[in-house]
Amino acid sequence: MYADLIHFFTTHWLGQAIVILAECLAVTVPLLVAVAYMTYADRKIWASIQLRRGPNVVGPFGLLQPFADGLKLLLKETIVPSSANTVLFLIAPMITFMTALIAWAVVPFADGWVIADINVGILYLFAISSLGVYGIIIAGWASNSKYAFLGALRSAAQMVSYEVSIGFVLVTVLLCVGSLNLSKIVLAQTGWFWNWYWLPLLPMFVIFFISALAETNRTPFDLPMSEAELVQGFQTEYSSMPFALFFLGEYANMILLSAMGSILFLGGWMSPIPYAPFTYVPGVVWFALKIAMLLFVFSWTKGTLPRYRYDQLMRLGWKVFLPISLGWLVLTAAVLQFGGWVPGK
Amino acid sequence: MASLDRTARTFLLAEVISGFVLTLKYMFKPKVTVNYPYERSPLSPRFRGEHALRRYPNGEERCIACKLCEAVCPALAITIEAEPREDGSRRTTRYDIDMTKCIYCGFCQEACPVDAIVEGPNTEFTTETREELLYSKEKLLANGDRWEGTIAQNLRADAPYR
Amino acid sequence: MLLQALAFYLFAFVTIAAGGMVVVSRNPVYSVLFLILAFFNAAALFLLIGAEFVAMILVIVYVGAVAVLFLFVVMMLDIKITELREGFLKYFPIGALIGVVLLAEILFALGIFGGSSPTIAALDKAGAHIGAVENTRAIGRVLYTQYFFLFQSAGVVLLVAMIGAIVLTLRRRPGVRRQRVAEQLYRPKDQAITVVKVPTRGGVS
Repeated sequence: MYADLIHFFTTHWLGQAIVILAECLAVTVPLLVAVAYMTYADRKIWASIQLRRGPNVVGPFGLLQPFADGLKLLLKETIVPSSANTVLFLIAPMITFMTALIAWAVVPFADGWVIADINVGILYLFAISSLGVYGIIIAGWASNSKYAFLGALRSAAQMVSYEVSIGFVLVTVLLCVGSLNLSKIVLAQTGWFWNWYWLPLLPMFVIFFISALAETNRTPFDLPMSEAELVQGFQTEYSSMPFALFFLGEYANMILLSAMGSILFLGGWMSPIPYAPFTYVPGVVWFALKIAMLLFVFSWTKGTLPRYRYDQLMRLGWKVFLPISLGWLVLTAAVLQFGGWVPGK
Repeated sequence: MASLDRTARTFLLAEVISGFVLTLKYMFKPKVTVNYPYERSPLSPRFRGEHALRRYPNGEERCIACKLCEAVCPALAITIEAEPREDGSRRTTRYDIDMTKCIYCGFCQEACPVDAIVEGPNTEFTTETREELLYSKEKLLANGDRWEGTIAQNLRADAPYR
Repeated sequence: MLLQALAFYLFAFVTIAAGGMVVVSRNPVYSVLFLILAFFNAAALFLLIGAEFVAMILVIVYVGAVAVLFLFVVMMLDIKITELREGFLKYFPIGALIGVVLLAEILFALGIFGGSSPTIAALDKAGAHIGAVENTRAIGRVLYTQYFFLFQSAGVVLLVAMIGAIVLTLRRRPGVRRQRVAEQLYRPKDQAITVVKVPTRGGVS
């Protein structure tokens, strides 16, 4: 009986399809719950920085607030502006949402816990995260509104600028690992937590984190949606479910970049202390903890820093991050070459 | 040396990090928010909230339809019509306040010679439709009955200063 | 195998259809969006033949950066669609000519017109090495050894183009007041503020 079932799920095409579907659900459902609670955690953290209480009415400690918000958004009317390009207007939030989700196909949650363990995992992540901008540009253009359009233009320029430095950061890590496979990147960081790449590549880690803020349009780089000058930028015309999709997509993107950060620099599913009581904890828990830590810093940043002016943002991207990351890349390559630490030889 | 110090501080993000430390400290300070629906901040006895028409303790309504409040109202929110009652006393047949016009200046209660129209302490009278904010005499009298205790106390507390 | 063939025909069809729509589409923004669709399907075709590195690079470079800038520019242009259409017939012959020449070149390289094709031979030779190593590694091995000189000259060409673009767009405007961030940051406190003891009824002059 069991043998039959195993046979069905491993060889029959229908069985395999069911397995793949189940895997996708097993990733997306916890991810969406995490997104919901990320909004809650965000609001609680900003509140406590500003000496407020944050949501505390719906459910115990306000824990049901995200679901109340979701329900509210679902029940609202979907407004499509009469002069908007209806098809693109509705496709744009779907693009943002989907690109944020499909990237998770290659993320290893623990040793072997990955839907598609492809050879060029990190390139896939980079490619998908660079697609997120399309949702925003198309939304801004299709809304046919000045604010939305300005937001879209800012977003396009900003994302293209900061992707360059993220690219160099990725290349630096790849030089140290010698593989583009995400699982191998994690496995290259075995050992104590000071063996993870955040310490030897600390400047790269900082640049990666700051660029991740820019990629996800978070403070201090939230110019595409700055409410003070652009009334939420590209989201101006959105309401109800399309807005909810943008919102979910953005938070999923933040979680994705945090996952990327913990894989590249914080040893993924590795336990910080490679000895007995800590190694009993499943890898996925360590991974989730590391993501949560980075997400906390995301919220903390939003509670701390003011927004950049646009020219300052461009200056930071092109005149500061690009030279530093390029220089550090060359330095890393030189150290690896002349120190005899080139991996895979 | 000073320039080296400054450069090092810039590249080590000293100022940003000090900002982060500050916000982290604030995160653990006691909250200053009043947990609103469950706890409230104190209100002055002079607080000007929702209007109410008061009655004498024997149940007779105070308003004598002198229309001073209607005259003084800067927002023209009050409309009064008056007619003698069967017993010959002068009373209102209509006393409407358009709460969407009212600016809560309190002139009506200042003008009232018999303390009939007052602004009570209530602030929670939001409605789902605009029409519900056009208060009639019945609504105002009902408000008065509901808030009489607090209103009387507030008027007594404020009396020495008038 | 059937699935793979189906996938190939699907992606190939969508690539060509999207390519056609780029030319035919009335709205330039739609054209760019169709171009992106074509890039995607080309990447999928690369994936089908097992060239995952090239596929990802195609998405990163063309979809993630180049097409964003295309879209950026096209969205900002105020294009009258009818005026744009008028030029279509005028430019059609030369466009068609270039297309035919390119097609002929590809066919020639593949050896359709007879004779042994050097491209096919080179592909066969390269194909023998692939399979044993990841294709990222394989590309690296060829690119940085056999084709090192060509690779570097391509880099130089790009550098020249970049410098050219900068020189063309660089304007020196006199009288521009520019923020000097470093100067602002390095200004010490004693230069920025002075503490004045104000005498009673004296005021500050």
